[in-house]
Amino acid sequence: MQEPQRSVKDLRIGEKGVIGHLRDPEMSLKLLEMGCIPGTEVKLNSKAPLGDPITIIVNDYTLSLRLDEAENIMLK
Amino acid sequence: MTEVIGSVAAAPVKTPVKNNISRIALIGNPNSGKSSLFNQLTGLNQKVGNFPGVTVDKKTGSCHLTPQHKAQIIDLPGTYSLYPKSLDEKVIIDLLYNKKSALYPDVLVITVDASNLKRNLLLYTQLADLGIPAVLGLNMTDVAETHGVKIDVGQLQQDLGVPVVPMNARNGVGITALKILVSRQLEKPAKSFYEIPEELMVLVRQIRYYFELKNDYLALHYAHQYKKLSFLSEADKSYIEDLRQKYGFDSNTLQAAETIERYTLINDLLLDSVKVTRAESNEKFSNKLDQVLTHKVWGYLIFFGVLFMMFQAIFAWATYPMDLIDTGIASLNAFIQSKFDGPLVDLLTEGVIAGLGGVLIFIPQIALLFAFIAVLEETGYMARVTFMMDKIMRKFGLNGKSIVPLISGVACAVPAVMAARNIDNWKDRMITIFVTPLMSCSARIPVYTVLIALVVPEKYYLGFLNLQGIVLMGLYLLGFLAAIFSALAMKLILKAKERSYFIMEFPVYKMPRWPNVGLTIIEKVKAFVFEAGKVIVAISVILWVMASYGPGNALEVAETKAQQEAAAKNLSEDETSSLVSSHQLESSYAGVFGRAIEPAIRPLGFDWKIGIALLTSFAAREVFVGTISTIYSVGDEENISTIKEKLLAEKDAAGNPFFTPARAFSLLIFYVFAMQCMSTLAVVYRETKSWKWPVMQLIYMSGLAYVSSYIVYQLFK
Repeated sequence: MQEPQRSVKDLRIGEKGVIGHLRDPEMSLKLLEMGCIPGTEVKLNSKAPLGDPITIIVNDYTLSLRLDEAENIMLK
Repeated sequence: MTEVIGSVAAAPVKTPVKNNISRIALIGNPNSGKSSLFNQLTGLNQKVGNFPGVTVDKKTGSCHLTPQHKAQIIDLPGTYSLYPKSLDEKVIIDLLYNKKSALYPDVLVITVDASNLKRNLLLYTQLADLGIPAVLGLNMTDVAETHGVKIDVGQLQQDLGVPVVPMNARNGVGITALKILVSRQLEKPAKSFYEIPEELMVLVRQIRYYFELKNDYLALHYAHQYKKLSFLSEADKSYIEDLRQKYGFDSNTLQAAETIERYTLINDLLLDSVKVTRAESNEKFSNKLDQVLTHKVWGYLIFFGVLFMMFQAIFAWATYPMDLIDTGIASLNAFIQSKFDGPLVDLLTEGVIAGLGGVLIFIPQIALLFAFIAVLEETGYMARVTFMMDKIMRKFGLNGKSIVPLISGVACAVPAVMAARNIDNWKDRMITIFVTPLMSCSARIPVYTVLIALVVPEKYYLGFLNLQGIVLMGLYLLGFLAAIFSALAMKLILKAKERSYFIMEFPVYKMPRWPNVGLTIIEKVKAFVFEAGKVIVAISVILWVMASYGPGNALEVAETKAQQEAAAKNLSEDETSSLVSSHQLESSYAGVFGRAIEPAIRPLGFDWKIGIALLTSFAAREVFVGTISTIYSVGDEENISTIKEKLLAEKDAAGNPFFTPARAFSLLIFYVFAMQCMSTLAVVYRETKSWKWPVMQLIYMSGLAYVSSYIVYQLFK
């Protein structure tokens, strides 16, 4: 269809995006409960010194997650 | 029932409202101030028990809602939703979905972090739909205000249809109001939110009718989570399974749709009651602090500084109170022995009281370690530690949080194993507990020192590298490598019971609440003394009996023989008495045991005398030195050079020195790996709630020790 979709994993520090959809049905439940709802704005806040995990800001709070979790949050 | 009424009637004028104790469950997101509220309500009136079948602490306590109205409070594990993702969270649905459960609450107190209302209300709306009477504790309104979030409590209360109490669980503001509202809220269920889609109602009604549930949403949860509900029978489960098949129930999709729907409802609802004017001062402060505390260089340096402090505390500072306990127990025993006499007195002093001393001696280390850990957790720094260490530790099947137990294990495995409780994931926690005792603890130092002094010359390389020091470091390194590689092996063997997530709130920095720190310390010390303590006292009594009694009159015979030998050699009184103890120990049951296992340990280069020491030092590794001193009648056991001389003088059957480097190194390696510590086994039992883990650990570590010692001895012999 289009060029490969970007996920939260691909954001640069300080960069914002809007959540499109979530992959991985089981993990997406956890992400939804934490407020990663499609249509919500996310910002990559920081990365751990070794690049993984990362923190993002969503719904006005800071959420930490691993890269292999973040790559399930697809951006619009 | 009639019996009860009869007995009440027969009793003299007593308040007939004996059953006026309400059960209240506290529930909320992690970091929503639930534990602070629990501490505020119950203070020191709290008890820690177990939820059946899981390693989750069940904290209960009591409090007076009003002077006449007593309540039992139960603190449930923190969770983000009623669809549990971890084993710990599963406890919640097991309790709330089973009306027959002994702990089924009359009222829920739902703590909500006002500065993060949207996400916190998700759990609230789920709970409200269950139809259990509830009160909402709106916590951290002060934090919310500094974030520029203004909440119209009256409006919120009206929209939610539930009493909302603004409060501050950290300093106790609003607690009284909360208590009064809770005592009035016993009957009224909260207003429900989510409308179950019509197409699911056929299934929901059938489940509701079948299980006689009073609520549709509860029935829906039975459909979603029947596998996780331990109170359902197999027949019940297959009933639900069949229904799900019949109606094509797609649990994942439905849960996702429900969650999105709830967020939409919450967003609409908050439009009325919450006004946000951006002022991100606090978050900015946290962010700035994070730039230093999770920095590539500074982050790790500061973290190792913190670890070093913790290590110092349990390694060095704890020795003062530990020495006090030690001398206190010794003088208590000396006092009792000087006043009374007889075998029962010996059992009491050298068996029971000495065993109790062996329990109490750990209190300073446990208290200090948990003081540090509680502060790290309270301030939010622990989340940063996990964040920085996760990637490295995960490679070895561990978790970012495993670093604290592992490092603490260098001081003592007992508090270290208890610290693994902070790891949420079951598999990561088990692996951490399993490998922590492989880290060389301080009790191994006396053993290392004596044996190194025996066979490693005090040589210097490059003028400052002490050979003995290098060997000592090598032993520590060996223990560390054994720990991480065992973890790696277990990562592959152990099946995960749940998916490991790192998705969690990254808390803002806060000042620690000192009463919470204090209560954590008390809780941990109590758990150790009352649960692991029993096992330790029991084993130490058994070990004492083995070392002090022998078959028939073997001990008297040994004493007479030693006396004669001493008289023939013209020994002094001190020398005579140490010769007597040595002969007696050899003829005791411990001696019998040592001889019995000699064939098994001979390939490692050990004889039956070392066999005795292996048995007695199961109480604690450092006992090895004392036992060796007794066996070789060293007399003054404090002095390493005396022990060294005696041991060097020891000859084998052929007249050659017994303690060859091969033997000493074999013994050293044995002590690096072997699970020679009953207290660790007892605490692992307490932390895993089963004997399976400590027994496996004992077998694994002893096996590892045996094989390694065998290789070392056979190579160097």
